[in-house]
Amino acid sequence: MNARQFTGFADGLLEAIGVGVEVPGKTLLRDASACFMAGQVTAILGPNGAGKSTLLSLLTGQRAPANGMVRLAGQPLAAHTPGDLARVRACVAQETQVAFDFTVQEVVELGRYPHRRHPSPQESGIVLQAMQATAVDHLAQRALNTLSGGEKARVHLARALAQVWEPVWRKAFFPPGRPKEKTDPSGGREPHEVGERGGSISRWLLLDEPTAALDLQHQHRMLQLVRDWAVGQGVGVVAVLHDLNLALRYSDRCVVLRDGQVVASGASDQVLTPACIEEVWGVRAHAAPAGEGTQRRPQYVFEPGEGDSRGFAGD
Amino acid sequence: MRPRSVNSALLPGERRRWPARAVLGLGVLLLALSFLVASARGSYVISPLQLWAVLMDALGGAAQPSPEHLVFMNIRLPRLLMGMAAGAALGLSGALMQGLFRNPLADPGLIGVSSGAALAAGTTIVLGSLWFPEMPRTLGSWTLVLTAFTGSLVVTLLVYALSQQDGATRVGLMLLAGIAINALAGAGLGFLTFLATDEQLRNIQFWLLGSLGGARWSAVVLVFSIVAVAVAAGLTLAKPLNAIALGEAQAALLGVPVENVKRFAVLVTALAVGAVTATTGIIGFIGLMAPHCVRLVAGPDHRVVLPGSALLGAALVLAADSVARTIVQPAELPLGVLTAFVGVPFFLLLLRHFRSRL
Repeated sequence: MNARQFTGFADGLLEAIGVGVEVPGKTLLRDASACFMAGQVTAILGPNGAGKSTLLSLLTGQRAPANGMVRLAGQPLAAHTPGDLARVRACVAQETQVAFDFTVQEVVELGRYPHRRHPSPQESGIVLQAMQATAVDHLAQRALNTLSGGEKARVHLARALAQVWEPVWRKAFFPPGRPKEKTDPSGGREPHEVGERGGSISRWLLLDEPTAALDLQHQHRMLQLVRDWAVGQGVGVVAVLHDLNLALRYSDRCVVLRDGQVVASGASDQVLTPACIEEVWGVRAHAAPAGEGTQRRPQYVFEPGEGDSRGFAGD
Repeated sequence: MRPRSVNSALLPGERRRWPARAVLGLGVLLLALSFLVASARGSYVISPLQLWAVLMDALGGAAQPSPEHLVFMNIRLPRLLMGMAAGAALGLSGALMQGLFRNPLADPGLIGVSSGAALAAGTTIVLGSLWFPEMPRTLGSWTLVLTAFTGSLVVTLLVYALSQQDGATRVGLMLLAGIAINALAGAGLGFLTFLATDEQLRNIQFWLLGSLGGARWSAVVLVFSIVAVAVAAGLTLAKPLNAIALGEAQAALLGVPVENVKRFAVLVTALAVGAVTATTGIIGFIGLMAPHCVRLVAGPDHRVVLPGSALLGAALVLAADSVARTIVQPAELPLGVLTAFVGVPFFLLLLRHFRSRL
């Protein structure tokens, strides 16, 4: 897909355009293009080592692409200051080790760091509400390092939610005098269009395997939560996922990677066909009987394919 | 402002924190108390009443200064001020390094920063007098601070570079690098004893053991102002250091200019430790004990830990120095020996507590 065609409403877009990443001896990503939209959940999918986390690290700006570019709101990522970026996009890594005995509440409060110069009137309420959103408020005074992996993951999601809790107004993000603004301010598909403050800048949640440490119930609750944020608040959610059924159920769109290349992208239920799954993951997918609450999205039962045992010795 | 948990009783794993004001207030109180005790005690005992008289004299400008006045103003006061500067510098540097390394075992003494400063200062003294015998004394004390600063800066950068891997601190490597640098400094200072004159020999000895005995007004003014600047600068790093506890990568994603914070913290540490070590020698373990004690009651928030460690460090050094001056009268125990006697068991306890994470 050619991401450039969307520049008309680039405000609500996070785009990777022909990005490549190489480390000595290996190409992690080659000419990968993907486009992520605010107000949607986009899953990044693919087998191990396909380059999912690499793509995510480009989107967060932790890594600079060797070629190609990443754009946020129509501007290259490097054109935004780290402080500005931090006010509109929050990231949760696969695992975050926290030094010292910080409590859950103190860790979630760190999510408000980017807003220290422009604090919200509801500052401490935000922290409490974010903890409530991921059901960790009863752990508020616990030391983070005494919690289980799943509880920690929920704390870090709460921190990310606190970070992008409130809309950031366009005027505050592109202050006059800073030559950043090029796009048409009225062309956005923002749900929070307010004339005087110039509307809000789209916010982003970038999650690297957010469900990996969670139990079944919390996997669904977490993805439902970020989906509600996408639909209700227009936040763009990008999540690296492994569970295709979760991706089918909760993501609007998906980007499928294999060997550092984008092999498919588009609406999740159209991209994730049995044929695609067999080709990329080497497993057979059978449509599961539609149960209650599966909505219109297909769910699959998986069966090992034929060609997939060659990677494992001794069988 | 902070929502508290509904239950007042603490559940397992919950942490009760003292409010910041209480902690810092207690720190000021402890410092005042140890200052008072340290003013009175010594080979020449000055009673509180006499101290009051001295204070009145100093304010009123008495014609005939009493012996207490002479002792206090010329010997004891500069010594106390130097002790405060040294303790504040070491406490703050310990807290800064621990925040930067994200590990509670980082200490300017343990990882070799103090030794680096001492070696640089010792080399300057011995070789300086060999090569530049004409150097005036005032320029000499500036040169000493400058070279000690360079020494501690080099060591801090070296240890940091050695112990970082993929954005995480390898604590084992950090402590081993400290051992190596401490050994090198010991050998270097030992070698200098061959070149040194008798007077220089005493100076070198004094660097290895640490003492406030050499505090003179000229040095005190210089060191005190450097440390004041360093403390003020270090305190600005509290919020970024809190974010860095999440790891450098996550901190950067929160908009923390991680590289700048690191450089600034290293510079402040090197400046404070360098200035202090150039004039007092190696006083170990203050940078380990002060931040840990503050964290124990106040939690790890650097907005409390940084000023609290400076206050408690100053109080600890003053208290230790009063003991060092009086415990083996009329002789004087080297301060570094005393802090090591207290600090090493403390360090071993910490090791035991953190052994699973080493």
